[in-house]
Amino acid sequence: MSASPTMVENHNAAGKMGRFFTTFFKENRGIIVALLLMVVALSILSPVFLTQANILNVLRQVSTNACLALGMTLVIILGGIDLSVGAVVALSGALTVGAMGNGVGVVPAIAFGLMVGLLFGMANGSIIAYTKMPPFIVTMATMNIARGIAYVYTGGRPIRTRDASFIELGIGYLAGIPLPVIYTAILIVVISLVLNRSVFGTHIYAVGGNREAARFSGIKISRVEIIVYAISGLISAFAGVILAARMTSGQPTVGQGFELDAIAACVLGGVSMSGGLGRIGGSMIGVLVIGIINNGLNLMNVNSFWQLIAKGLVILIAVYVDMLKKQREHRG
Amino acid sequence: MGDAYLLEVTGVSKSFPGVQALKDVHLQLKPGEVHALLGENGAGKSTLIKIIGGIHRPDTGEIRINGQQVVMDSVSTAKVNGVSIIHQEIVLVPHLSIAENIFLGSEIRSGLGLRNKAEMDRRATQMATELGLDLDVRTPVSELTLAQRQMVEIIKAVSFDARVIIMDEPTSSLTEREVDHLFKTITSLRTKGVGIVYISHRLSELFTICDRVTVMRDGTYVGTKVIKGTNLDELIAMMVGREMKEYYTRSIREPGETVLEVRNLCRKGVFTNVNFSIKKGEIVGFSGLAGSGRSEIFQSIFGVDPISSGEIFLNGKAAVITGPQDAINKGISLVPEDRKKQGLVLSHSVEFNLTLTVLREFTRSVFVNKQKKNSIVQEYSQRLRIKTSGLGQRAMDLSGGNQQKVVIAKWLAPNRSLLILDEPTRGVDVGAKAEIYEIMDALASHGMAIVMISSELPEIINMSDRVVVVHNGEIAKELPREQADQETIMYYATGGE
Repeated sequence: MSASPTMVENHNAAGKMGRFFTTFFKENRGIIVALLLMVVALSILSPVFLTQANILNVLRQVSTNACLALGMTLVIILGGIDLSVGAVVALSGALTVGAMGNGVGVVPAIAFGLMVGLLFGMANGSIIAYTKMPPFIVTMATMNIARGIAYVYTGGRPIRTRDASFIELGIGYLAGIPLPVIYTAILIVVISLVLNRSVFGTHIYAVGGNREAARFSGIKISRVEIIVYAISGLISAFAGVILAARMTSGQPTVGQGFELDAIAACVLGGVSMSGGLGRIGGSMIGVLVIGIINNGLNLMNVNSFWQLIAKGLVILIAVYVDMLKKQREHRG
Repeated sequence: MGDAYLLEVTGVSKSFPGVQALKDVHLQLKPGEVHALLGENGAGKSTLIKIIGGIHRPDTGEIRINGQQVVMDSVSTAKVNGVSIIHQEIVLVPHLSIAENIFLGSEIRSGLGLRNKAEMDRRATQMATELGLDLDVRTPVSELTLAQRQMVEIIKAVSFDARVIIMDEPTSSLTEREVDHLFKTITSLRTKGVGIVYISHRLSELFTICDRVTVMRDGTYVGTKVIKGTNLDELIAMMVGREMKEYYTRSIREPGETVLEVRNLCRKGVFTNVNFSIKKGEIVGFSGLAGSGRSEIFQSIFGVDPISSGEIFLNGKAAVITGPQDAINKGISLVPEDRKKQGLVLSHSVEFNLTLTVLREFTRSVFVNKQKKNSIVQEYSQRLRIKTSGLGQRAMDLSGGNQQKVVIAKWLAPNRSLLILDEPTRGVDVGAKAEIYEIMDALASHGMAIVMISSELPEIINMSDRVVVVHNGEIAKELPREQADQETIMYYATGGE
């Protein structure tokens, strides 16, 4: 097809975006339909659901899980898993607030919290890359370690802060939008760029999709692994700091099970647990689905214990439907 | 004289803990030359190409590129020096596009670590067109056929101006027609002055495509010959170190009663109206292009996939096969095409694999009868001449030929009546091939009915009593042995009436 080179050149931006959205919709049809159905059902069942206040409320509530799911998406595409994110959320929040209590300024305290998350991530990546231990085991271990340090440091009790400028980071608004939503939006853009547009992003897909191929192509696999886990650790720490600001305290017990919500979002969004396949957009829809289940059941005054059951069922059904669809496509 | 060679390997030795893999090996490659590297599995070919490609470092010896000594310490060094390897197992990332795979590890950047996708797509398209791959380069590799993936590998190899391309068994998974296309590509590469080191177990190919051949045996250099000045027998003798009396074993057998008969077997969208029968003591070859449905027919008979209509008769009685376990109980064995994925638990021992399918036969109540098991395992491994350091050796550490023998042995339990072999000799060296043929012949002589599905026409022609040609999900022709020659089979396999 000699016309191809010019075709590629002439692809205008609109066409590209159009193609991107069609493939995106095709890949995630099941979950997008589920999301829309939920939105329609809830707007009928609850008059509050579609109000601006509630929408912003949902977005703020999901911002923590969105951050964690961003890092988790990279990790899972790489073929790994990061169970330590929830514990890192607690640890970084506690350390940041604790440092401020010891007279450290807001900025250095936050930097310290983020640094700890980054170090945990780098440790995860390095241990996995150099010892070849399974990511599940390594991050389960560091999860316990991070949680343990948080308990030891706080003595098991929340540490409060009254620093207004710090608290503002969690509860403030910009142009009527909660700040955490804005941070999350920025992170989504940055991580999407990294994954879809950067050379490094391609290497993440390559390592997760076929390790041998990546190795034979001269990609430094251990470097990719360390950086990806470091990103996950750093983002988790960031989410932890913001959460601490919102709660005006560093709490050692916070974030339990967050890692599972992040993984659930990825799975709902079509990220393959065997690696090499998945998109940020998908995971973010997964985040919304989980957030809306929680919010919807709240609005309908359903006991929060039921939310867990609902979430579990939705995951089972959504992933199964998706699997059936893929099998059918596979058979042609 | 050094500057006359693109690549010159001199006196290379390499040992791994406990094994001397290479001893004083030589290889000289001229520009525009296709140089065959020949040897049985375990002869050290893979180690040698890994050393040339920068994956292993040699203990002694040197590598010269265009007369300049080079220390190949990494894949990137090899790339920089224009050396590229196309590995036997195709190594591409399934969910990345053709273009992304071609440029993987050497992406074109547009600053800030971002990739220049448009430029990569443009160049990939250009290269693909040049080498005759007529596809949108944004297609994910997972959607390509094996042959197309191979083309992507080749394009990837030439993409960074490789002057030396090492092809490890490039034709092992291609059909005849795809092989022709590959040879055209090789010819066009050689006219550009690229030197190609060509590794293949299909010896007849070497005479079509290669200029010279270097033979290795047991990690040592045996010799280099101009291909026109040698012949098959001489090459085999060099590889094996002895004269091979007969390559294909075929004793005279009298076919007995019918073991399997299928009537109007259909699986919607895959195959239609398949009719054939197999008798005791018969070897029936199934030929056809990749994707013709030849393997799928037997996957359905074996109960892996459903059938939509039709009848199966086993030993004259109508049979319904509900699944693989049921097929096994009814005496059918299937040795799948992809032995690594489907046939072996690689991380387990030879013994474990041997007894996996027939474990039930060694069990009395819940416990395994160890003595009986051991004696049977011993018997099979001797019968098939499986070379191991012990039956406790892990399957993944065996050579390809021995792995295949383990897979076959797995299915040789008593009371088997039908053995289906899908590509039984793919990626297996000559010595082991001859042994597998011998085993097949011996089994048939003992009354086993054997189906051999194969892309390799020589083995189909030489081993089969009858040849069934499959085209497009239908049986195009059934040929008696006397009429089965390459041209006739290909004629029907490609849709001739």
